[in-house]
Amino acid sequence: MKKIILAAALAALSSPALAASTDAGKYQVVLGDCEGCHGKNLAGGVVLTTPFGKMVTPNITPDKDTGIGNYSAEDFRQAMKAGLAPGGKLLYPAMPYPSYARMSDGDVAALWGYLKTVKPVKNQVNVNQLRFPFNLRFAMRGWNMLFFAPAPYANNPAKSAAWNRGAYLVSGAGHCGACHTPKNAFGADKATALTGAALQGWFAPDLTSDAGAGLGSWSQADIVEYLQTGRNNRSMASGPMAEAVENSTSKMTDADLKAIAVYLKDLPASRGNGGGATGIEAQMKSGAVLYDISCAACHDRNGKGSLIFPPLAGNPTVRQVRADSIVRMVLAGGKGAATAKAPTGPGMPSFAWRLSDNQVADILTYVRNNWGNRAPAVSPETVGRIRSSLHGS
Amino acid sequence: MLPRKDAVIIGLGWTGAILAQQLTEAGLNVVAIERGPYRDTSTDFNVAYMQDELRYAVRKDLFLQPNVEAMTMRNTAAQTAMPMRDYGSFLPGHGVGGAGVHWNGHTWRFWDSDFSIRTHLTQRYGAKKIAGLQLQDWGVTWNEIEHSFDQFEYLAGISGKAGNLKGQVQAGGNPFESARSREYPNPPMKMSYAPTLFAQTMSGIGYHPFPTPSANLSQSYVNPLGIRMGQCTYCGFCERFACGNYSKASPQTTILPVLMKKPNFEARTECEVLKINLTPDGKHARSVTYLDANGVEYEQPGDIVAICAYGLMNVRMMLLSKIGQQYDPVTGAGTVGRNYCYQTSSAARMFFEGKHFNPFIGAGTLGQSMDDFNGDAFDHSKLDFVGGAGINCVVSNGRPIGNRPTLPGSPRWGAKWKQATVDGYQNSMGFSAQGSSYPVRENYLDLDPSYTDRHGRPLLRVTFDFPENDIAMSHYLSDQMEKMTKPFNAKVATVSRIKKGWDAVPYQSTHNTGGAVMGSDPKNSAVNKYLQSWDVPNVFVVGASAFAHNAGLNPTGTVGALAYWAAEAITTQYIKNPGALVHA
Repeated sequence: MKKIILAAALAALSSPALAASTDAGKYQVVLGDCEGCHGKNLAGGVVLTTPFGKMVTPNITPDKDTGIGNYSAEDFRQAMKAGLAPGGKLLYPAMPYPSYARMSDGDVAALWGYLKTVKPVKNQVNVNQLRFPFNLRFAMRGWNMLFFAPAPYANNPAKSAAWNRGAYLVSGAGHCGACHTPKNAFGADKATALTGAALQGWFAPDLTSDAGAGLGSWSQADIVEYLQTGRNNRSMASGPMAEAVENSTSKMTDADLKAIAVYLKDLPASRGNGGGATGIEAQMKSGAVLYDISCAACHDRNGKGSLIFPPLAGNPTVRQVRADSIVRMVLAGGKGAATAKAPTGPGMPSFAWRLSDNQVADILTYVRNNWGNRAPAVSPETVGRIRSSLHGS
Repeated sequence: MLPRKDAVIIGLGWTGAILAQQLTEAGLNVVAIERGPYRDTSTDFNVAYMQDELRYAVRKDLFLQPNVEAMTMRNTAAQTAMPMRDYGSFLPGHGVGGAGVHWNGHTWRFWDSDFSIRTHLTQRYGAKKIAGLQLQDWGVTWNEIEHSFDQFEYLAGISGKAGNLKGQVQAGGNPFESARSREYPNPPMKMSYAPTLFAQTMSGIGYHPFPTPSANLSQSYVNPLGIRMGQCTYCGFCERFACGNYSKASPQTTILPVLMKKPNFEARTECEVLKINLTPDGKHARSVTYLDANGVEYEQPGDIVAICAYGLMNVRMMLLSKIGQQYDPVTGAGTVGRNYCYQTSSAARMFFEGKHFNPFIGAGTLGQSMDDFNGDAFDHSKLDFVGGAGINCVVSNGRPIGNRPTLPGSPRWGAKWKQATVDGYQNSMGFSAQGSSYPVRENYLDLDPSYTDRHGRPLLRVTFDFPENDIAMSHYLSDQMEKMTKPFNAKVATVSRIKKGWDAVPYQSTHNTGGAVMGSDPKNSAVNKYLQSWDVPNVFVVGASAFAHNAGLNPTGTVGALAYWAAEAITTQYIKNPGALVHA
């Protein structure tokens, strides 16, 4: 660690080196999608809805009063990798320190080097708005004891350099598991990494090689295109993933995206989505008619989509074990990712006014069990529950 | 007083968006100030309710409302103009995207003989033929501006068939169009029954029908900015509606996704520009004054001011800001308000038995057209007029409230009327003649002496009637259409005939042109060939206001081309050497 601080200090003496290290640090902001939670100017204030209540993200600009201007490099490293703020204050794992703990000290130092250079913004944030007892920070000590085993990323010599880089990014700075890995009752990762998880009213898809719900049918190039542009001819990023693509993956280097693809394609298949629904003849019949009326104009009668609209046939978003994302999409609408390489960002309009819970359930059951898709049926109760949650937000 | 911008654009419709895109691309810092709201496809043009005919077509939800800006209208200078309580004859747009949101999508190029109309007609027929008409060349030639048409068509993904590729006439296209440098970016739309029958019948009697060039896309498309568009679904909710399927070209579907993300661009919506402020000598615009949604007044300085509102509003903004001299129809002096033109149209409708035209399969530009009687495509030497009309058989819609053709003589209400609408719906088809409108001394725009808007500014006053030349042209076209209906062997065919006394109430056309026309002589044009004000050279006035006359063609293609043309002049000439680009 000392060596790195020294290196950083030396680098500060020569400006091209400083620029290089700032660029490297800026790239860590991209890899970690810091903007996703801390905002475009990194001044925080973004509200995160967790099962335990609301959290508001802190200001990580170098403002001395309201940001992290008084942090030392070591303070920052501790926050990133141990979940500890100065004074021994325990962070909540909404800040994905269990992932960041896998980052190298060099990358964390580079990030710190860059954060010191961003414009300080005065923005006082009341971070902890969690419900009792989750608002008691000391409880995190127990959580850390149970669920947090900090360990830097260990190279797997049996795998390629690209695979290792991909694993490092996915499990470390990229903190993909924060959304895509199922959580236990305490909000900690289960062992079934990256098999898909519900959060914030969405369902982050299964990223394993499962052929039904996962990325089994995707090529590495498909994954790269998706992460780089926000779309490919199989799916389109929307909701929180659209933000992750716009802020983070679309700005990653080709080599890093390729590495991520290599790693994801090597993940063992999950147990799948439970397979197709049975006894759904009535829903399928009704759904077919409703689909033609309300959906086919854009998504195509055979679910093939088009240059602009995502297909539904074979689209993993459609085939997750839970239908939260697509129910939400039908009810509230959404906007696709807009990136430099795919700037359109087409939107899905809200059909909440037009379709009843039964109709949404029928359409989505039809979509989830047609054109080769197989996934559990969607019940009107599920649609109703999500509809009420949207009204509440 | 706000921080200075390189360019201030008034209005964020087609022309404002094109200028903003091109100017920001050249590195300028640009702000667009738009009176209406921000509107985007999935949120404001939601396909789940966009087909609400009552809301959008009848109650005109997307249009400019007279409580925001009204106009006064009259036929002749001898009358007192009265403010319209509702827009009727034409329907200006409102909000981001402007009229580009709710247009039908007919995308034409004016002809080489339009840009040099005076020269052309004088050479062919002698000057006497056009005496009494204020026809004048536009100051720009076809060869200069052809690439700007190409730019607009590729931006918008126009679906059509070239009729003249670099001078070679192409089968299936419009043989009367001027030479184009390349094919349309997308093939023509698929045709439904009525236009198919029209094309067959017209070909059968020796005319030259072709697919109407359409901004309703025949297939999915990626435009040169990388923006993707969808294939038209032929839903029949185009004109007066916005497209919820990303398949009608508009600023929203072709430019804004890229433009709105640029760090050197800013759109301020629900902000109404009151006037452009000039330096004391009146020769330089230094800023614009605008009110935001809360009525707070701001002054926005800028090095370039581009007036990119609807054509009529462009003229009013010039007059309110004292840019150029008001045209006087008595003396002919002054240029702002001069050569206001409209469109001179008539229509044929035919009723059959046992047909299934299925007009619900519709799109704004789903149709076939022919230009055999347009412009100067036909010999006028033995005729008592100049000009002509495009004949269009377009099935724009079969909407339930507005589209209920009934056989002439049918009851107007009750069960028998209902039966007549059922019969008429499937058994009737129509086509129309969209005729040119040529300028005369007495048609013009100025500021009303009595009526003001909500900010106390004078309203625009429209003084217009159909000139004798255009009535003669239109009657000739009605005669031709009567002949054209014959080979259809319809049970009944009717053809309308225009008459003197333009009526501002029933809808006719939102193709208001002129008032700030382009040209090569500051005595008869308000802007030069680059749409730059002769009087205030850092002001560009972009839109159909620059048309020196109106042709028998929808204006948007030419409006888009003029926007690219003006933007090119600004980015390649003006910013290097600010000042007048043409010295008269």
